[in-house]
Amino acid sequence: MTDPDDASRAVAEAAARDGYGRLLALLAAQSGDLVSAEDALADAFERALRTWPDDGTPGNPAGWLLTVARNRLRDRWRSAEVRRTEPLDPVAHAPVHLDALDAVDPDAVPDKRLELMLVCAHPAIAAPARTPLMLSTVLGFTAEQIARAWSVPTATMATRLVRAKRRVAQAGIPFVFPGREDLRTRTAAVLEAVYGAYAVEWSTTGPEPRGAPSEALQLAEVLADLLPDDPEVRGLAALVALSSARAAARLDPDGRFVPLDEQDPARWDRDLVERGRAHLRAAHGHRVLGRFQLEAAVQAVHCARTGPGPADPHTLRDLHEALHAVAPSLGSATALAVVTAGVEGPARGLALLDALLEPHGAAARRFQPAWAARAHLLAGLGRDREAVTAYDEAIALTHDAPQRAHLVRRRDEGRLS
Amino acid sequence: MRYTLLLHYPEPGEGEVPAETIREVQEAFGRYGRALEDAGVLVAAEVLAPGAATTTVTLRSGDLQVQDGPFAETKEALAGVFVLDVPHLDAALGWAEKCPAAQFGVIEVRPVATSFVDGAWTA
Repeated sequence: MTDPDDASRAVAEAAARDGYGRLLALLAAQSGDLVSAEDALADAFERALRTWPDDGTPGNPAGWLLTVARNRLRDRWRSAEVRRTEPLDPVAHAPVHLDALDAVDPDAVPDKRLELMLVCAHPAIAAPARTPLMLSTVLGFTAEQIARAWSVPTATMATRLVRAKRRVAQAGIPFVFPGREDLRTRTAAVLEAVYGAYAVEWSTTGPEPRGAPSEALQLAEVLADLLPDDPEVRGLAALVALSSARAAARLDPDGRFVPLDEQDPARWDRDLVERGRAHLRAAHGHRVLGRFQLEAAVQAVHCARTGPGPADPHTLRDLHEALHAVAPSLGSATALAVVTAGVEGPARGLALLDALLEPHGAAARRFQPAWAARAHLLAGLGRDREAVTAYDEAIALTHDAPQRAHLVRRRDEGRLS
Repeated sequence: MRYTLLLHYPEPGEGEVPAETIREVQEAFGRYGRALEDAGVLVAAEVLAPGAATTTVTLRSGDLQVQDGPFAETKEALAGVFVLDVPHLDAALGWAEKCPAAQFGVIEVRPVATSFVDGAWTA
């Protein structure tokens, strides 16, 4: 972060991603076909790399790229190759829709990225494909980069992306802004997909530490740019910024897991904390509460402490109560039990944990955080033998090496005392 | 308690999978193996050679029959076996979910009924 070269490279990269998403959204919105729009844009970029160094960068690079890509698309429609390999559909293949691109003023390229994000999160696209599709089209990440984030082979991710992109054209998913009623559910799906980039689960295990989810940060910022007046959109941007701010402090210099309450605030990224707070203030201004705002508010409470020790327990409990009411899940139940223990003691926390998890049955039994919480609460009650059993359960369900080592340390401390 | 993860996926033809993908999958299996070892749950991990290398042996009909090829020709063939020692099914399912082969195949999780350890079958 401190290296000016790195910083300027990051700015340049973000600008390039920004431009890529805008151009692709516009081209695809007119043709309805992500695959050919991508090909045309790739051609345009390739030509830019070839000609700009000699001819000089054009005054309006985006307009230049748009014009070249549009011509490429038109060439493609006219080419004999298309007619040979694809049955001609007079509606889909008539180049009429491209005329709309001629009307675009290259000096003021309209932003269709929200329409593009809505397409990526369309109900006709399989839910697991939505987040990768967004990272690929809106931010221009390569299949290789996205595959790395999901820990799957590049070819596997490339296949999933191509399938999803083809589906957009085949199913005829429109690049339009839905009506007010639809907008809410459709925006919820977009939020889920952006959140998916933040909550990427490592699908294959490995001792290598994972980087901060910078993809999620970028995606959440783009969405906040496009829908600045949606409190949940701002809440999600705040959530991602605030928790990313603490990513570096999650492991100590020896690679050991550091629980939230024991993290050194000096190792948090202050700029990101501020950015998150600003989003949260904007969100709260609308006075409509939602899941992502509440999750972000929890993060903000944790980020508010400047010294060692736990964050304000009463506020945390209130927030988790609201969160569990708005969006109940195994995670929200477990967290509520833990913060309740912070206010009312471990006995109340444990009773609440039992009561909240009971309806979840087998799913709760497989939920590692619930076992870790139970172990922690039992240890707090001095029920050491039961605590050891619960720690063993949590350890058996942990696939992350630093976290497991942390649980083993906790368990063994309890045995010694 | 021991569980086996039986990996099933279609056997790729010669040259069908690009070298780059093979390298990535090998790396993913490398990370997976190290994570299993690190957790202290790994008993054995075997990825099998192609079905064409199989020889089948039986005396079921009285006399010895040694045959070239697998027992059953199926689209999705048994391709690998992991034996894990974990406390219960939930832990085994958690590891199966993390197995790289789950991305392109199907993993059967089966408890081991009895194992031959230190000269005897376990109860």
